[in-house]
Amino acid sequence: MRIVIENGRLLDPAKKLDGKQDLYIVDGKIVSLKMKPDGFESDLQIDAKDKVVLPGLVDLCARLREPGYAHKATFQSECYAANSSGITSICCPPDTKPVIDTTAVVDLIHQRTRDANRANVYPLAALTLGLKGEHLAEMDTLRRAGCIGVSNGLAPIENTEVLRRAFEYAHSCGLTVYFFAEDYSLKNNGVVHEGPVSTRLGLPGIPETAETVALSRALLLVEQTQVKAHFCRLSTARSVSMIAAGQEQGLPVTADVSICNLHLTEMDIADYNSDCHLQPPLRNERDRKGLIEGINKGVIAAVCSDHQPHDADAKAAPFSQTEAGASTIEHLLPLMLHLVNRKEIKLEQAIAALTSQPANILGINKGTLAAGSDADICILDLDSSNNVDQASLHSAGKNTPFKGWELPGQVTHTLYNGNVVFNKN
Amino acid sequence: MSDETDVKQLLSVMATAIQSHTSSNNYAAPLMIGIKTGGAWVANRLHQQLEYKDPLGELNIAFYRDDFSTLGMHPAVSPSQLPVDINDRHIILVDDVLYTGRTIRAAMNEIFDYGRPASITLAVLIDRSNTRELPIQPDIIGKTIAVNAEEHVKLLGPEPLTISIDTVRSTGTQKTG
Amino acid sequence: MTGNKIQLDTNGNLKHFLTTEGLSQSLLRSILDHAESFASVGERAVKKVPLLRGKTIANLFFEPSTRTRTTFELAAKRLSADILNLNISTSATSKGETLSDTLHTLEAMHCDMFVVRHANSGAAHYIATQVAPHISVINAGDGRHAHPTQAMLDMFTIRRHKKTFENLRVAIVGDILHSRVARSEIHALSTLGVLETRIIAPQTLIPKDVENLGVQVFHDMDEGLNGVDVVMMLRLQKERMRGALLPSEYEYFQRYGLTSKRLEKAKSDVIVMHPGPINRGVEIASDVADGERSVILQQVSHGIAVRMAVMAMTMGRSPEDSGTLA
Repeated sequence: MRIVIENGRLLDPAKKLDGKQDLYIVDGKIVSLKMKPDGFESDLQIDAKDKVVLPGLVDLCARLREPGYAHKATFQSECYAANSSGITSICCPPDTKPVIDTTAVVDLIHQRTRDANRANVYPLAALTLGLKGEHLAEMDTLRRAGCIGVSNGLAPIENTEVLRRAFEYAHSCGLTVYFFAEDYSLKNNGVVHEGPVSTRLGLPGIPETAETVALSRALLLVEQTQVKAHFCRLSTARSVSMIAAGQEQGLPVTADVSICNLHLTEMDIADYNSDCHLQPPLRNERDRKGLIEGINKGVIAAVCSDHQPHDADAKAAPFSQTEAGASTIEHLLPLMLHLVNRKEIKLEQAIAALTSQPANILGINKGTLAAGSDADICILDLDSSNNVDQASLHSAGKNTPFKGWELPGQVTHTLYNGNVVFNKN
Repeated sequence: MSDETDVKQLLSVMATAIQSHTSSNNYAAPLMIGIKTGGAWVANRLHQQLEYKDPLGELNIAFYRDDFSTLGMHPAVSPSQLPVDINDRHIILVDDVLYTGRTIRAAMNEIFDYGRPASITLAVLIDRSNTRELPIQPDIIGKTIAVNAEEHVKLLGPEPLTISIDTVRSTGTQKTG
Repeated sequence: MTGNKIQLDTNGNLKHFLTTEGLSQSLLRSILDHAESFASVGERAVKKVPLLRGKTIANLFFEPSTRTRTTFELAAKRLSADILNLNISTSATSKGETLSDTLHTLEAMHCDMFVVRHANSGAAHYIATQVAPHISVINAGDGRHAHPTQAMLDMFTIRRHKKTFENLRVAIVGDILHSRVARSEIHALSTLGVLETRIIAPQTLIPKDVENLGVQVFHDMDEGLNGVDVVMMLRLQKERMRGALLPSEYEYFQRYGLTSKRLEKAKSDVIVMHPGPINRGVEIASDVADGERSVILQQVSHGIAVRMAVMAMTMGRSPEDSGTLA
């Protein structure tokens, strides 16, 4: 199939590309940017006048809920939701049920990915068996089955010796560890940030040190083992400075942040709003600003959706009894554009954090527009906006903390491997 | 608009009538109870004039009203005080304006939760004779007034006591008294 | 403070009583005034008024409690309401029925009010958002968050002894971190305009940023009690030793126990309060608990009057007022 996307503004921060160019696609690959290839006759013309043409977005963390949680969502529903926001590559964490610690689960994920045929899904293998933090998982076997990294999901690894050995082993397999730093005992069954809101609402709090103590431990082990480490979902300003110091020191560390922590704080919990029950928790304004500064300074390379769609029952209970997590995948791009409109982040930086930078961390050839690369493309109308209406979310999970928000930017087309997988009309 | 009626004069009339009523019925040592707020003001004056030895009782009927489901709690009036045991006593129940009879119904229910009186005599300063909704009639009356449904009769006080008759536009809400 | 609009109906009358936070001074005062009227009911021969006759009140206790439940039961009966006592252990609900399903089953039985005690903060708020529009919810204690009727009966007790709130220095002593009573007291005292509210506790028992609630923090008991008009003692639970928050009851009593010697630091007409049940020799010495400054037993009887007031105020609204401000 031959497609031309014409009259659009091509924006690819990785290539420092920002200008009006046409894009030519043949059989699922980009063949040319700008110059029409000889003898090219298009089967499909997409007019991108007044629109921005971006590489298909790369979401560093989203849960598609299969296997094990299909009552919450499925590959079909969530990949479509992802496409509606221009996302064509998704990295999923190992906390499925069963956990991604056997090749059978990896094969199932590959199968679901093929069946949905809407996005590339890159699974992360578990660092320890069952994510229990005791025995190493078969990291190399899982790598060969198709996992691109290893992770502890959201589960703690309490035994520091186990953590050290897991880092060493991952390093010897050439795998990047995707680590979520949270000290289990300091967390102490907390559900919100330990601060004025937890005091007022009487909810058990998670102190800042639950993250920084765990991060400090992990950074020292990275130094000892030299494993390539990506720190997931930072939530405190202090963590940003710790990562920055590690990077300056030459440690092979990167970091990401969830889109929710860039917009919301503990104040949004208001009167026990369970849509704001998140892990890591929403912290205070100082932390939010520190995380944004982390992006602007390049300490935090990527922003992910941390998509966690839930069934209604999961959020229908007193706060502490609800499950943590928000359904965010279809608002990842609009929420980033919202920050751009508020002049907190520049457009190029925002797009880079959703395309080439997460792709680099994952080590995949995505997130950029180049002749020869897969035709994963997002066409965006920057000038229009949309009201977040809970009932009309594409995701099976309606648990969005952004109900009623007016967000900028509407994706008009998304292409995956040269197929139009989302068309606004 | 205030009525020219001399309340002092009405009170004298009532006191005499009460005196006469209690002696002809052989009520020894009657006990006076006034319904808050206006009835208690009236009862206070009568109690002094009649020189009753037992202290005056005051009734707050808020918890016995029949309009709780529609109107809810009224702003708090001070609690009932019945300092004397009412069992087997002859009670003179005093109110300012008798209208539908519902206040008196509530007052009698409350009195019976305190004990079993020998009798209750009803004395009212003003009787709105044409507006009764329950089979309740006064034994002692200061003055009878026949007013329209739109007119609202009120006793103002505690000092001086004056009667006010106002026209209120009907809002379809409560009638009391 | 946003959402206490959930407690008021469209006319600004009390519909649910979930927390003392965010309610106006005049509303809190009217609770106390109504409670005065109800207090006299308990002193009569017939300890009943017909106000809530024909109404059904369900006591939904997800956490066991004898004293609070019985005072609510007595309050309901004195208002002539029918009362259903449901002791639902949390494990039963986690095995089977969701909280929502439990509520809907009860609504099908035509209950008019739920009195709720639950181990999770925010449970009463959650229930109030789920019930049918005509039903009122009274919070009998949710997790660490609030115990508003306890706070109001304490305010009632203070008002009876001190007449006015304006010039009072009040000290709350003990495990503030885990205390729903403390949080509700702090909000009520602040709204009613006391001069100063003090928290006295070791650092391990003080919640983060508690100063934001308008209190002064003391770690030294003698310093904290200096010149105080009201002392409120909180109960210390044995779990606190297990959670590495305190070394022992002995040491706690040494540093924070209310003894008659310590009490001398307060004003000579100080009153001593405790929500009960008291741990003698742990938070309070026996001679103080039984002494002339103690008003602990009065608090219990005031509890019935205050709960009658709150029940009557929330149930007495016209059906048109069933919507809330939130």
